[in-house]
Amino acid sequence: MTTATARISRPGRNAATPTRNARSRERALAWARRAPLLPALIFLIIVTQLPFVVTLIISFMNWNSLSPDKTAFAGVENYVTVLTDPDLRQAIFTTILLTVSVVLASLVIGLGLALLLDKKFIGRGLARTLLIAPFLVVPVAAALIWKHALLNPTYGLINGILTWVWSLFGSTTPPQLDLLSQAPLMAVIISLVWQWTPFMMLILLAGLQSRPMDTVEAAQMDGATPWAIFRHLTLPHLRQYLELGGLLGAIYIVQNFDAVFTLTAGGLGTANLPYAIYQTFYFANEYGLASAAGVVVVIGTIIVATFALRTVFSLFKKEAAR
Amino acid sequence: MSTLTPAAPRKATPPAARATGPVRRGKSRMDPTRNNTAAGIAAWLLALLFAAPVLWMILTSFHSETDAATNPPSIAANLTLDAYREFFGETSGVSPWPALINSATASILSTVLVLVLAIPAAYALSIRPVKKWTDVMFFFLSTKMMPVVAAILPLYLFARTVGALDNIWFLILMYTSMNLPIAVWMMRSFLAEVPVEMLEAAQIDGANLLLTLRKIIAPVAMPGIAATALICFIFSWNELLLARVLTGVVAGTAPVFLTGFVSGQGLFLAKVCAAAVVISLPVLFAGFAAQDKLVQGLSLGAVK
Repeated sequence: MTTATARISRPGRNAATPTRNARSRERALAWARRAPLLPALIFLIIVTQLPFVVTLIISFMNWNSLSPDKTAFAGVENYVTVLTDPDLRQAIFTTILLTVSVVLASLVIGLGLALLLDKKFIGRGLARTLLIAPFLVVPVAAALIWKHALLNPTYGLINGILTWVWSLFGSTTPPQLDLLSQAPLMAVIISLVWQWTPFMMLILLAGLQSRPMDTVEAAQMDGATPWAIFRHLTLPHLRQYLELGGLLGAIYIVQNFDAVFTLTAGGLGTANLPYAIYQTFYFANEYGLASAAGVVVVIGTIIVATFALRTVFSLFKKEAAR
Repeated sequence: MSTLTPAAPRKATPPAARATGPVRRGKSRMDPTRNNTAAGIAAWLLALLFAAPVLWMILTSFHSETDAATNPPSIAANLTLDAYREFFGETSGVSPWPALINSATASILSTVLVLVLAIPAAYALSIRPVKKWTDVMFFFLSTKMMPVVAAILPLYLFARTVGALDNIWFLILMYTSMNLPIAVWMMRSFLAEVPVEMLEAAQIDGANLLLTLRKIIAPVAMPGIAATALICFIFSWNELLLARVLTGVVAGTAPVFLTGFVSGQGLFLAKVCAAAVVISLPVLFAGFAAQDKLVQGLSLGAVK
C-alpha cells in the first residue's frame, strides 16, 4: 500500500501541477481497489443492517398486528415485558442453559475424540468419517430421527435396546425412558451435543495436527509424563482452538431453532429465545414484543461475540504476520 | 500420576529399538504403539456410537412400517423400498419433488450469487487490499453474529408488503446474505495463499489483470472456490427458520416440507426415516467429500 502510494506521488512532485493530479490519481486508485468490494458490502448492509434498524424501531412500539389501531410508541415497555414476563424470562434462561451446556459438553467430548483420532490406528479415516456423520445430517432430519426413531417411548431405539438387554437376562420388565416428556430440555441438549461434537472434534483435530512435534518429542526424551505433556504443551497450544470452537459453537447454538421446534415445539420449558420470538410474532402477532426480544438476543450475542472476535482476531493476526 | 509410571515401560524397550531410532519420531511412535491399539478401539467404539443414530435411520428406512415400530428393535428384518416409494408419493399422492426442487434452486442460485459477490470482495481484501481491510473483514463477520431472529420480522413485513412472501427469489436473496460473510472470509484465506512473488513476477512481465487472474490466481483459488460453494450449498439446504417464515405452499423447501410431512402423516417411522435420508443425502455426500474444508468454512477460515 505505502509503496504504491510513494511510487505514484513521486512523479507528481516533478510535474507542473504538483499535488492535485497526484492526489486525484491516488483517489482513483483507491476507488479502483474498493470497487470489487462494494457490491458485497452494500448488499450486506441493505439485507442485514437495515432490517435490524427496523427491528430496533419496532421494539419501542406497541404493535400487535391483530389490533392495528392501537399501534403507538411504547418506550421501553416491551423490554420490561421481555425481562419480566415469566415465559420470556424462562426463554432467556433456557437459551443460556442450552448454549452453555451444549458447548461445554461437545467441547469436552470433542477434545477426547480429537485426542484419540490424533493417534494412528487401523481405519482411522473411516472412523473419522463415521464421527462426522452426525454433523452432516440435515438438522431438521436429525431432530426428527431423535424424536421418533431414538427417543420415542414405545418403539424408539433407546428403549428398544433396554428391552433387548433386559430380555437377555430373562427380564420382561425393562426400565423404559420417556425423555421427551420427562426431561425434554435434556433431550434437546443430548441431540445437539451429538450434532455439535463432530464440529468441535474437527477444529481441535486441526489444532492438534498443527502442534509443533519437536517440543513434544523433546519433552518425551526428558521423561515427561503424557499427562504433563498434555497439560503443559498440548492444552496451551489448543487453547485458541478451544476458544474458537466454543465461541463459534455458542454463536450457532444460541440461534438454534430446528431442534427446539422439532423435538418439543418449545413445550415444557424448552422454548429458547429464537423459538419464543418466532412464536411471539408468528402466532401471537406481538411485533413490538418480538422485536424487543430480538434486540435482547443481539445484545447477548454481542457480549459473546466480543470474546469471539478477540479469539478470531488473534488467529487472524498470526496469519497476517506470516 | 508420578513420572515413574511411563518411564518404566520405556526402560523395557529393547536396546535395539533405541539403536534404530536415531530419528526421534520413530522412537516416540514406538512408545505409544500399545496405547494406539487401545486408542483405536476406543475411537472405533465411540465412532460407532456417534454414527449409530445415522446408521439406524438408514436401516429403518429400508424396513416395513411394522418391522420399524417394534420394541425390541428388529435388526434382521427384511429390507424393502416401500418407505421410499411411499415418500415419493406413489401411494399417498403428496409429492416431495416440488420441495426438493425448491431447495435445490434456492441453494444453487444463492451459492452462485454468493460467489459472484464474494470473489471480487475477497480479491479486494487480500491480493490488492484496501485500506483498513481488517475492519471490513470484521464488519462481515459481525453480520454473521447477528441472530437471524433479530431481523426476521422486518424481512417478513417487507416481503408481505411487496408481495414477496412464498417467493423463492426472496429466499434466494436471504440465503445469499446469510452465506456471504462466511464466503468472504473463506475466500480471503484462500486468495491469501497466492504467493506474492508470483504476482510481482507477473506484474513485471507486464501481464494484465485478466491474465493474472486466469493464469496465477485461478489455479490456486479454484479448490477454495469449490469448497466455499459446497459450504454455502449445505447451509442453504439445511436452513429452516427463514424458509418456514418466508415461504409456504409454493416456495416451501425440503426442511419445511419435512416438518409438515411428519405432522400430516402421523407416525410412520420407516417413512420418516426415508424422508430424512433423502433430504440429508446431498449434504452427506457434499460433506464427506469436503471434510477438512467444512471446518475451515465453519470456523470462518480461521483454522487451516
